[in-house]
Amino acid sequence: MKRVLPNLLRLAVLIILILFLLQPYLFEPLLKPLVQANAPAIYNQGSLLSLTLSHLTTVFIATFAATIVAVGLAILVTRPIGAEFLPLSRSLVNIGQTFPPVAVLALAVPAVGFGEKPTLIALFLYGLLPIFENSMTGLSTLPPAIVEAARGTGMTAWQRLTKVELPLALPIILAGIRLSVTISLATATIGSTVAAKTLGEVIIAGLQSNNLAFVLQGGLVVAVLAVLIYDAFSAVERMLSRRAGRV
Amino acid sequence: MIEIETITKRYADTTVVDNVSMTIAPRTITVIVGTSGSGKTTLMRMINRLVEPTSGTIRIDGEDTRGIPGHELRRRIGYAIQGHGLFPHRTVAENIATVPGLLGWDKSRIEAKVKELLSLFQLDPAAFGPRYPHELSGGQQQRVGVARALAAEPNILLMDEPFGALDPVIRAKAQEDLLAIQKHFGTTIVLVTHDMEEAFHLADRIAVMDKGKIVQYAAPEDMLVNPATDFVETLIGAGERPFRLLSIGTVGDATEAGIAEGEPLAAATSQRDALSALLWSGREALPVIGADGAPLGRVTLAGLTRRAARPQ
Repeated sequence: MKRVLPNLLRLAVLIILILFLLQPYLFEPLLKPLVQANAPAIYNQGSLLSLTLSHLTTVFIATFAATIVAVGLAILVTRPIGAEFLPLSRSLVNIGQTFPPVAVLALAVPAVGFGEKPTLIALFLYGLLPIFENSMTGLSTLPPAIVEAARGTGMTAWQRLTKVELPLALPIILAGIRLSVTISLATATIGSTVAAKTLGEVIIAGLQSNNLAFVLQGGLVVAVLAVLIYDAFSAVERMLSRRAGRV
Repeated sequence: MIEIETITKRYADTTVVDNVSMTIAPRTITVIVGTSGSGKTTLMRMINRLVEPTSGTIRIDGEDTRGIPGHELRRRIGYAIQGHGLFPHRTVAENIATVPGLLGWDKSRIEAKVKELLSLFQLDPAAFGPRYPHELSGGQQQRVGVARALAAEPNILLMDEPFGALDPVIRAKAQEDLLAIQKHFGTTIVLVTHDMEEAFHLADRIAVMDKGKIVQYAAPEDMLVNPATDFVETLIGAGERPFRLLSIGTVGDATEAGIAEGEPLAAATSQRDALSALLWSGREALPVIGADGAPLGRVTLAGLTRRAARPQ
């Protein structure tokens, strides 16, 4: 019963978001007071829906690639054979995190040109650290009795990884992906400075023409997406943890 | 049969197990006892090669274990540990099915085995099979842990302090279950514990380890009468000797002809528990009944006292 009200709220927010993306002009009266006379209150230089979809696609591709690489690295360095790569892997993902995405964009544009590519590179590098650190934690803090039992029952190293270690570490790995996705959703907006099709376009257009309504709708759509996706991930993590008896 | 020959395990410059040789007869319970750090767990873990020996040979039914890949060897040997080590993300039935699954048994055979084992451990298959381990009590988890170790019908079962985490009541029950199951399957059991009470109750043979060496490997009665060293004597506890001697045998063995008044004792009760019942009830004798409830005779205080005395 406790979860009903927040879930109703989330559903309402989702419905409003979809409605806004499909029929933005329904909301014109709400945004009108924010703009000067004769200026458009609803973004009119492209479809909000297609910008949102390409924003999400960019974030999805970057996070997916970051997940593969970060989880792969974490698996490698938690095996006896890869333990010596731990310091190197740590430094690599740390560099990805400390390098500001704007600087990555600036460096990537001369190399790969304008468009989605530099944004993908920046988001990928920026997203590695949370996933790597969480996967490391998840894989290296498994209860010793369970790891021992997995060996004792005669599982091979691969079977232990896929049947015991990864399933048990999954909730913690998912928490890392959740952080990474949330950061990427916000960071993707600056991709529009190098001509990536993201919701950043709406915000930048608003800043350039001093149109507060544009800035607000671009920012709000990103924020609502971030909150909803964050909550969805949290719900999946809770479900998995409950099943694993780790509540 | 497990033949351990001049086995040694060294970590850097500490020798944990030092040149140990012993032969474990099939279908017996061998208990390895010792203080912590005596190397008893390491010795046992070398049997299924969870620990690789530095030198020496272990043969199972004549076959050198080094010739078998480690994971295949471990599928043939049951392994139960303290705190059960059940996989928390798998149901009870899936946990028990682990090794048969690894061995590629077909589905119906696995299902039948899981049912059989759950029933054997007095857990209703329909009720407990689909549950997750964290929904079980400590005693139930421990039983599922042993059931998982027995699922692929291994000839050998290794147990590392399997009852260490249980409260005394459930522990006594678990020990009885283990004895019954050992009889049922004829499994060769090697059990590590630091609880001497448990060792004397369960063991056909006891191996006492100290500083990486086996100081005595003998039947419980022999160990009581002729402890090899002062260490063994201390471990047994001089004041406990008559009671330990009684705890080895059952009332069935001490039954005399005749009748007696009072609450009857089951023939499977240990003589130690019988003595306790006699003392507590203040009687000189109590009746003994068989598993079917039929009267077998009586057990007397005088008879037990004779049995508790040092054998000549």
